[in-house]
Amino acid sequence: MIAELGHYALVLALSVAIVQATVPLYGAWRGDPGWIGLARPSAIVQCLLVVIAFAALMHAYITSDFSVLNVATNSHSAKPLLYKISGVWGNHEGSLLLWLLILVLFGAAVAVFGGNLPAPFRARVLSVQAMIGVGFLCFVLFTSNPFERLLPAPIDGRGLNPLLQDPGLAFHPPFLYLGYVGFSMAFSFAVAALIEGRVDAAWARWVRPWTLAAWCFLTTGIALGSWWAYYELGWGGWWFWDPVENASFMPWLAGTALLHSSIVVEKRDSLKNWTVLLAILTFSLSLLGTFLVRSGVLTSVHAFATDPARGIFILAFLIAVIAGSLTLYAFRAPAMKGGGLFAPISREGGLVLNNLLLSTACATVLLGTLYPLFLDAVTGEKITVGPPYFNATFGPLMVPVFLAMAVGPMLHWKRGDVLGAVQRLKFAVAASVIALFATLVFAFDGPWLAIPGIALGVWMIAAALEEAAYRIRLFRVPVADSLRRLWRSPRAAWGTTFAHAGAGMVIIGIVASSAWQVEKLQIMQPGESVSVGSYEFKFEGAAPIPGPNYEAVRGIFQVSRDGKDIAVMQPESRKYQDPPMDTTEAAIRTGWGGDLYAVIGDPTGDGSWSTRFYNKPMIHWIWIGCLTMVFGGLVSLSDRRHRVGAPVRGKAGAKTATKMSAGAKPPTPVVTK
Amino acid sequence: MSIEANDPNSEETPRRIWLRMVPLAVALLIGGFLFVGLNLRPKEIPSVLIGKDVPTFDLPALPGRPKGLKSADLKGQVSLVNVFASWCVSCRAEHPLFMKLKAQNIVPVHGLNYKDEGPAAIGWLQRYGDPYDRVGADLNGRVGIDWGVYGVPETFLISAEGRIVCKHIGPVMERDLQEKLLPAITALQKGGTAKC
Repeated sequence: MIAELGHYALVLALSVAIVQATVPLYGAWRGDPGWIGLARPSAIVQCLLVVIAFAALMHAYITSDFSVLNVATNSHSAKPLLYKISGVWGNHEGSLLLWLLILVLFGAAVAVFGGNLPAPFRARVLSVQAMIGVGFLCFVLFTSNPFERLLPAPIDGRGLNPLLQDPGLAFHPPFLYLGYVGFSMAFSFAVAALIEGRVDAAWARWVRPWTLAAWCFLTTGIALGSWWAYYELGWGGWWFWDPVENASFMPWLAGTALLHSSIVVEKRDSLKNWTVLLAILTFSLSLLGTFLVRSGVLTSVHAFATDPARGIFILAFLIAVIAGSLTLYAFRAPAMKGGGLFAPISREGGLVLNNLLLSTACATVLLGTLYPLFLDAVTGEKITVGPPYFNATFGPLMVPVFLAMAVGPMLHWKRGDVLGAVQRLKFAVAASVIALFATLVFAFDGPWLAIPGIALGVWMIAAALEEAAYRIRLFRVPVADSLRRLWRSPRAAWGTTFAHAGAGMVIIGIVASSAWQVEKLQIMQPGESVSVGSYEFKFEGAAPIPGPNYEAVRGIFQVSRDGKDIAVMQPESRKYQDPPMDTTEAAIRTGWGGDLYAVIGDPTGDGSWSTRFYNKPMIHWIWIGCLTMVFGGLVSLSDRRHRVGAPVRGKAGAKTATKMSAGAKPPTPVVTK
Repeated sequence: MSIEANDPNSEETPRRIWLRMVPLAVALLIGGFLFVGLNLRPKEIPSVLIGKDVPTFDLPALPGRPKGLKSADLKGQVSLVNVFASWCVSCRAEHPLFMKLKAQNIVPVHGLNYKDEGPAAIGWLQRYGDPYDRVGADLNGRVGIDWGVYGVPETFLISAEGRIVCKHIGPVMERDLQEKLLPAITALQKGGTAKC
């Protein structure tokens, strides 16, 4: 009964979404306040209905209602509660429902908190948002109904893929989707602006927090996913350039570019055309990511259920959204007149360079991801594009990004001076030169590329810190004065500091862990020892351990360094029953210097076991760096200007202005910079 | 020198309109490829075993079921070898088709019971029906490796000379049977050659 209520709520949500997608849009064109006014209540009702549907599915999972096909296929009564809940989105139908839930939650957020938006503009945004909702509701209802019944109900479910039964992965999809769907807001704002024919600083100030929030979520989601791959897959790798990973990375690259170009729109009233295009492309890439994962067009280690009918539907939707918005863009873009002029060497110029490089990098990843498909379609030849391609193309493109991102924040708007900026970064220059030589001495035989790599990371961190010190005039004015400046300088600037320093930490983590990793694979008898770098692993033995819904074998390793025992590591190898599958649970010991990583594999039959050990120096810097970047995003999000509200829009053309006044709220106070 | 992000004074020239159509054109091109891609089977990796003799093997029968499977059994007549397991969910999807093949007596189907437990496999065959002529129990999957099995179910078409003619990965559906396997089987049984 509850499942049917959920299904019915979805059908109702579809009808509400159809109304919301059309009536307010037409109302905004006609200037009819009543029709415009429909946008807010319908967005809220649509949200409530989808929440009911999601709660119904959640209920079916928690109570293990196996008469619902989706629950029977993906859940099991012996599963811990956390994984019963995460099982809701651990499958195709449920994950789409989660997508939809986040979409309508964001729509409702605009309806509730968007009081400072002019009513016709808000109506247009909500209509565009509802169009996306209509597409996904149809997709769920017509091809992927999560509430389908299975009669007679089986005694027990088939279980969730054991690889997915993991806290890291339980929260990976929701974060990823919060990111993907968050970009739908930037998209809706962009399309609404194209319809209205106007982009200005106020527009950028509304789009920025949404983009920033989406970016934070997506960064967290990607970091969680790579962390999961690192400790769960048992190979010590954390990024594989797998199509599904790329699918989440492309919107991230485009979103990062969007984040930076919207600054130029906000501060300098320039790059409007390009920013609108980026907003469209970022969300298009999010949709493409969903398509790639859901359709099975590409082979991937992430094998989800694939179904051509679903593929056709989502592709049709994808093309409708992207072609529709890009057609609108092609005809309406000239209406976005740019304002501010700037010299090539300037803050704007730096941000343009950032955008060019990031979008090229994004295109490179797109090409590599889709190339097997192109080739198969044209010649029938099967190939895979692997890490060598991406390392060779993506890496070199990002080096100038990293070099420049230290200098960019030091440049002035309109007209800057690179030499002067570098001079102001003298400590950062010194720090990276020291790092270069220190690495050279420390790792004389090491891979040569690692040496400039570490120096690059140090350069980014030091420059971010020095820029902050410069901003608060540290040691040039009395310390108390500097502290006051520290507190009063805009949070957005602090966000930049943290995000850029975080990126530097990620680089150091990547370079150090890949250049100086030590790896040992061998067959061991209990009592034997193996040395991994400066560490000694002694195999004490292996014993079976029962788990809640699996059987495990746990290996015990005594780890010592210079004859001193420092830790006991206990990796497990688990055998799940429903569905039958083996997983490895690596034992990871994180220290200041890096990770020790131990994996126990299969017994060979004569009392010995296959084992793998890694010593990965500084690898945790990758995730700490990601967290620092997210923290920077959050700090920037808390900036006063986002809370105080957007400035009033400039005087619009007479026709729009009169129409707007009908439903517009009293103007909010202008925020002075 | 100054860059203008957007020249406010320029007249709209045709060239600029075309320029703005570029993103749309690229998107549509990619969309077209994705459409073609939906009908491709990226997982269908051509097997290096096609056209070669079946690997040499000798597998015991399942407990309580006569007739094991060995390479010599595959010579003399056209046959199908279906890799299955009781734990494999998609095997249940293709199972009725093999039952039908048996009822119509078109071609003998042999089973390669992959990484399974004897009693579980017997129970599975009793529950859903036993379409197989011979069944070899490949408990540890060693023979499966020789056959290049990397997922269950897989189905091989073997010629009367004991050569692998064709390999189907994933469950055999009605359409695969009608359009791919049956025409090849008929051609082989008439003494011709087949490819799929």
